[in-house]
This record gives sequence, C-alpha cells and structure tokens, in this order.
Amino acid sequence: MSEAQSGNTGSEPRHLDEPTGQPTTGHVWDGITELDRPLPRWWLWTFYATIAFSVVYMVLYPSIPLVDNATRGLFGYSTRGEVHERLDEARAAKSGNLGRIAAMDLEAIRADDGLARFARAGGESAFKVNCVQCHGTGAAGSRGYPNLNDDEWLWGGTLDDIRTSIMHGIRFDADDETRISGMPAFGADGLLAREGIRAVAEHVIRLAGREADRELAAEGAQVYADNCAACHGDDGSGSREFGAPALNDAIWLYGSTREDILAQIYRPSHGVMPAWGGRLDETTVKQLAIYVHALGGGEAAAND
Amino acid sequence: MSEITEPRASDTAPGGVERFDVEAVNAHRSQSLYAPRVKIFPKRAQGFYRRLKWIVMAITLGIYWITPWLRWDRGAYAPDQAVLVDLANRRFYFFFIEIWPQEFFYVAGLLIMAGLGLFLVTTALGRAWCGYTCPQTVWTDLYIWVERLIEGDRNARMRLDRAPWSADKVTKRAAVWSLWLVIAIATGGAWVFYFADAPMLAVDLVTGEAAPVAYITVAILTATTFIFAGFMREQVCTYMCPWPRIQGAMLDEDSLLVTYNDWRGEPRSRHRKRAEAHDLDVGDCVDCNACVAVCPMGIDIRDGAQLECITCALCIDACDGVMDKAGHRRGLISYTTLKDYNAKAALAAAHGRAVATAAQSGIRLARFLRPRTLIYLGLWAAIGLVMLGLLVTRDRLDLNVLPDRNPLYVTLADGSIRNGYTIKVLNMTPAPRAVGLSLEGLDEADLWLAGTEHRDGSSLRFEVAPDAVGEYQVFVSLPPHAAADGITGFDFVVRDLAGPETTRETSDFYGPEK
Repeated sequence: MSEAQSGNTGSEPRHLDEPTGQPTTGHVWDGITELDRPLPRWWLWTFYATIAFSVVYMVLYPSIPLVDNATRGLFGYSTRGEVHERLDEARAAKSGNLGRIAAMDLEAIRADDGLARFARAGGESAFKVNCVQCHGTGAAGSRGYPNLNDDEWLWGGTLDDIRTSIMHGIRFDADDETRISGMPAFGADGLLAREGIRAVAEHVIRLAGREADRELAAEGAQVYADNCAACHGDDGSGSREFGAPALNDAIWLYGSTREDILAQIYRPSHGVMPAWGGRLDETTVKQLAIYVHALGGGEAAAND
Repeated sequence: MSEITEPRASDTAPGGVERFDVEAVNAHRSQSLYAPRVKIFPKRAQGFYRRLKWIVMAITLGIYWITPWLRWDRGAYAPDQAVLVDLANRRFYFFFIEIWPQEFFYVAGLLIMAGLGLFLVTTALGRAWCGYTCPQTVWTDLYIWVERLIEGDRNARMRLDRAPWSADKVTKRAAVWSLWLVIAIATGGAWVFYFADAPMLAVDLVTGEAAPVAYITVAILTATTFIFAGFMREQVCTYMCPWPRIQGAMLDEDSLLVTYNDWRGEPRSRHRKRAEAHDLDVGDCVDCNACVAVCPMGIDIRDGAQLECITCALCIDACDGVMDKAGHRRGLISYTTLKDYNAKAALAAAHGRAVATAAQSGIRLARFLRPRTLIYLGLWAAIGLVMLGLLVTRDRLDLNVLPDRNPLYVTLADGSIRNGYTIKVLNMTPAPRAVGLSLEGLDEADLWLAGTEHRDGSSLRFEVAPDAVGEYQVFVSLPPHAAADGITGFDFVVRDLAGPETTRETSDFYGPEK
C-alpha cells in the first residue's frame, strides 16, 4: 500500500529520514524534506466510499444544475413535491370532518363535542385570515367594528343569524340579500334643531341608566317619542327587524360619550361588512359561525 | 507483541506451578501509536472473588431481564407493569410510584444519588463498579464464559485462534457467535420491554407486528452488545470510558485497591529453591505470570496501579492459588490501602519480609469510616431523604389557570364585565375524579362554563379522566358596580369531591380603568 501511494516509483533509492526512520518524497526545498507517509487505510476507504456514494446519489436525486433547472434524478424527489404531499395528506386527514360539517346543520354540529371542537379550530384559523382586519385579533372590535365576544347582536346571535351575516354581509351593495338598515341624518339633513338633538341625546343617556340632565332629558323624551321610538322602541330596546340597535344597554358601537351620541344623531355612521359567501366556501362559513358563536355571547336557537 | 507458546516442562517453576508465557498489553516497550488491538485470552480463575463476581453477575442480569415482567396492579385505568416508561402517554411507573413529566426531577435526583453512590463506593473499595457491576464487565465476562464453554480454556482458545480455518474451527466459532447473538438479542429485547407492556410487546416482536422503532432499538442494542462484549472488550474500558481518568480524584490513601505487594514479592525468581540453596534473597513472587494470564484487561498488576486495572480481583484469586501450591501465605496480591502498603513496606525494610508478611491481615471495616466517606454518605442520604420527603408529600391534584389575554375583558350588554379563563385540572391518580371548581376572593362573581347558559352561581363540577388533564374554558363576570378599577386578584379553588385534597391557584380579574 505504501509503495503505491508514495511518490517513489521504486527505481530511485528510497531516502529515509533519520530521526523517524520513515521514507521521504525525495525532494528537498531549502534543506527541508517531506515525509512520505501512507494515508490511513480507514480514511482512504471511507473516502472511496464517499465517492461511490456521491455517484449513486447524483443519479438518484436532483444534482446537476442546468441552465434554468436541474437534473431530476431517478427518484424524482423534490422538497417542493414533499410539501405538496404533506398538504395533500393534511387535506385528506381533514376531509372526514369537513364532509360532516358540510352535511350537518349548525345546531347539530354544535351538539357534537368533537366536531364542534374541530369546527371552532377551523373557524379560528379562517377568522385570523379574513376577519381580524376589522374585528381585531381577539374579535373585540373597536369603534365602528362590533365586539363579537359580547352578548349584544344587532342582527341576531343565533348560529343561523351569524351565518347569514357572514354570508351576505351588512350594507354590502354587491350582495342582493345583504342586511340593510339606515338611520336618518337628523342633524345634517335638518330634521331636528340643535337643541332638539341635545335634548334627545340626554334622554337616551338616561334610558341607558347613566347620569343625565333631568330637565333636558324630560324635553328629549317627547322628541324621542316623535322621532326615534318607531325604530328604536319606546324604551330604547331596539328592533332587529329594522336593524335598530338597543339604546338602553352598556354597549355603544360608535362610542358612549355624550359627544359620540350627539355625533351619531347628527350624522350617523353606517358600518359596512363584506359578504363572504362569494369568497369563502360554505364549510368555512359554517366553521366561522360556530367559532364566533362560541366566543361567549352566542344566543340559543329560537326553538330551544 | 506477546509470544504465545505452550508451557514447556523446563518452564515449570518449583512446586509444580505452571508458568505462562504472556506479556502485558501495556508493557514498557516502545509501541507504535497505531497498533491494532492485541487479542487477549483470559484464563479461568478460581477463588473467592471469582465466585463473588458470578453472584453479582447473576443478580445484575437477573434484575435486568426479569424486572420488565413483574406486574403491579394499579386498577383498570393504568398499565399493570411494575416498571414502565410510557413514552406515548408521558408517564413513568415504578411499582406504587407514578411520575409525570413535570416531576422528572425525581429521576434527576436519583441520578445524582447514583453518582454520589459511585463516588462513595470508589473511595472505599476502588473500582468496584468497574470490576463487578459495570454492564461492560458483566457482559464481557458472560461472553468469555460462552467462549470457554465451546472453545475451551486459554490454551485451547489460543490454539484455535491461530489455527487455519477448518470444519472444526467453523463449527466452534459459529456456535460461539450464535450464542453471543442470542444473548445480544435478549439484551436488546429486554431493553425495549421497559418501554412497553412486556407480554404484549414480546408477542408483537415475534409476529412482526411491533412498531419499527422497537425493532430498530433491538437491532442497535444487539449490535452494540455483540461488538462491545464480543470484540472491543477491554478497549471500551481503556479508551471509551471516562472512569479510569477520573478515578484518581476519588481514591486516597485509605481506598482499598488491588495491589501487588512488591515489598514481599521482589526480587521475583523462578528458581527460588536454587536461590535459597545459594543463600540469595528472593521474594515470594515465582514469576509464573498467572496474574497476567487471568487478567481480563491483559495487564500486569505487578507494574503497579494503572489506569487499565478495573480491580476485578481475579489476579488475587490466581495468585492466592499459586501461593497455596508454593507453600507461602496468601495475599501477595491483595486488596490493600496505600497507607497499609507503605506501612508494610517500611516494616519489611526494617525487619524483613517474613515479619511484614505475618503482619498482613484482612480487610478491616473501621477504615471505611473516615471524613471523605462519611461526607459522601451524608450527601447521598440527605438527597435521598429530601426526595423521599417530596415524594411522600406531593400533590396528586393540581390546577393551572391561563387567563384569556385577547381580549382582556368584555363589557356585556347589562354593563357587567366578563373575563375568560382556561382551567386545567391535573388528575394524577389512576382513577376518575369528580372535582368542584369555585372562586375565592371575588364577591358577587358569577362562574359558568363556556358554551352553556350564563346562570347565577359560582361553582362548577367536573369529572376528570384518570391520569389525565381536564381542560375547561370558563367565564367569570362581575356586575357593573362590583368591578373594581383595573386588576383584582382572586383564587380559583379546586376540591376533590370525594376526598380531602384541595388545590388553588391565584389569578387576576381584569376590568376597565375607571
């Protein structure tokens, strides 16, 4: 072995280094010689093995870069392909539950513990993609965007109501079945004078159970009965038919301060929610409904 | 390297003692750094320490192979294997003890105790672990026994090893290797039985139904057992194990070590009778090399304490046998402390070998009680007691509370404030439990389970599965006038409805800043 690997052809005399007794390559540079030691056998054969392995590897796996792609390899393996496989596996694993959700109605899904848990998880991930932009990461909303955690529902809080709201949106022009409500601009359109607006605002504040100016509120009561009670109800409890919010509770979509209420009476804001029916498939909308309903404020179905 | 020849008649020392022509593998000659392993063929020894090693081997192997099959009844909801590491369910069972992953510090404590125990044993008895109980020693001993059974004792094995391949050699080697393989598979098999139910896994392994990881583990352990005990043997101890290199820190002048008493043995001579006839001074050592021949590490203890010596004491047995034949007192090689050795050496120098030899006595227990050993013992016992105390007083019912963080609080239509919490009840017993959850420190609060109607009340009841964590989403609400500014602290309390156990966890109720 050492003969084959040393620089010596065997025809010249073998120079031996005195201190170590090992052969040298025979060359001398500046009086310095180089020992000619054989490569360790284990190292050499490992090296040969790696060469053999690499040849096999290059045939079987993608390896040689070409102009705008690379050789595919006999196995046809690619990490992108592996990702596709994983996605297909995930889809297949979920298909059983997704099929059941598509087939069953919402109350039945909610009644099945395991399926409801699956639907809530699916709804949560769809919510995170589609809904958090307006309703917030915790579904708590903000000024003008409803808090979905609470128990006040302008358009109904049962599973079917929630699903309809998601499917058709609120005041969304492109959808024929969208939910619509409108409050006249009492101030901007000149329907009420300034004093009238201030008075009715005071009355509404008193209806909500907060501190209000008694005299002004008494005046406002008449204004309220004439202008507001038709939609908002005599006691301010609102009407889901008209889409008129309840004014006698602690939840105010456009702010609860006196200024906010005055502004809303003067020129009301009307929020818009897109109709998701055209963008999300039915099963996802069902899962979203289950998720939102389970946030804590969901209402029981009418026939319960 | 060693020249291995048969004993010749002229090589027999007086008294009919056979002389072995063998050299220590670490003898003091220049050796190449890259030399391959020198094969050694340890001769069979007979004596007290050999018998002791057989007993220890039987006990240790017995424990290893039998323990997975022991049963312990834990009721219908838990496995009935006495010692089981249930990786899938993250539980460790040891007879009546059940450990959850968060209690893993008990295992850490046991390992610390094992370490301290090892230091204690080493400081008292030298490398008793290495020579008697280490798996490498035990399995190598077993494999050498198999070799001896089929191929014969030292000389026969050496002859067979040198002989060219013949039908006889093939048969014998095949038999040895087959037995080795059976032992190795049994070793790997026993290991996996600690991690699954032994009877079921045994059937699965044989019928091909076991999980791939079981087969792979058995294969790996079979390979390592076969290679380490069949071929690598003393090289594991000399080159792979850190013990020889740290034993120096644990041995002192009072540690018992296998020692060649050279004050008695030197100058060694094979021709004692002749020397005595010429009035020359000779020691008790008759240079028969029996100590080198029986050594499983292949070293010569007469060279002194060395890192290869695992203090298995087989050389003591061999030499005692020779001393008996030669008519001298036993103990030329013996378990001795450095202090004792120095004392005897001084005595021999002053008053002669015979006086010192007569003064040799057995192992005294008093020398085990010294500051070093007592401190090791104290630490070991202290840790043991602390762990025992913790084990006996630990909770079997635990509670974790994760408050909802987004949103922190929700204002409801009637003005009350609602907070959400994820409650985790840990039932660490192998039986289902009914527990009650309630609040303490939050007046006028309502508590209800998410997904159910909000009803007045401040306690809930759960049935928690055995050995499991029950996870529940609950809501707590306070009426508008009762919700204080910002954050209010309170306690969740979980009570075992059938027993006295109670556990509580402090949490916070968030409300708007007023």
